[in-house]
Amino acid sequence: MSIQQFIDNEVKSNDVVLFMKGTPQFPQCGFSGQVVQILDHLGVSYKGINVLESDDLREGIKAYAQWPTIPQLYVKGEFVGGCDIIREMFQAGELQEVLKDVAGKPVSA
Amino acid sequence: MPMDANEIERLIKSRIPDASVTIRDLAGDGDHYAATVIAESFRGKSRVQQHQLVYEALKGQMGGALHALALQTGIPNN
Repeated sequence: MSIQQFIDNEVKSNDVVLFMKGTPQFPQCGFSGQVVQILDHLGVSYKGINVLESDDLREGIKAYAQWPTIPQLYVKGEFVGGCDIIREMFQAGELQEVLKDVAGKPVSA
Repeated sequence: MPMDANEIERLIKSRIPDASVTIRDLAGDGDHYAATVIAESFRGKSRVQQHQLVYEALKGQMGGALHALALQTGIPNN
């Protein structure tokens, strides 16, 4: 399986996926950590994928979304944004909207 | 290799001529910036598309020469 296929498969088979540096328990970058905090605050269940585990993955995810930075959040197969956009959307209440249909967990507004 | 704030502004404006660009050097080290980019031509575009235009303007410097650029985009209020 190519790295693009691997990414595509993860994004499409999980409702909420965060490609990040480090893990949700131990973020290794401040930007990734901010998104983890927001998702945890909202009580969303999500899959965190550590791009530091593979150079292929770290470069592949940038090509996948045509997006040069990490973290990257995907909801129901769609790229939602990186750290700045997620924070802005959270502050505006828009992220809560995007996540409200996600199975499994209630999202408080 | 750090990047000069003026160079960042120049690159952004070369791709988005109507952009009004404000850049702050967050750490004073020429390596961690926050940029606000306001442009009428962003109208009708999603945030992701707006940011992608700015990243495009930076021509791959993002994540390379430019370690950290906190980005905020928007359209003019009036």
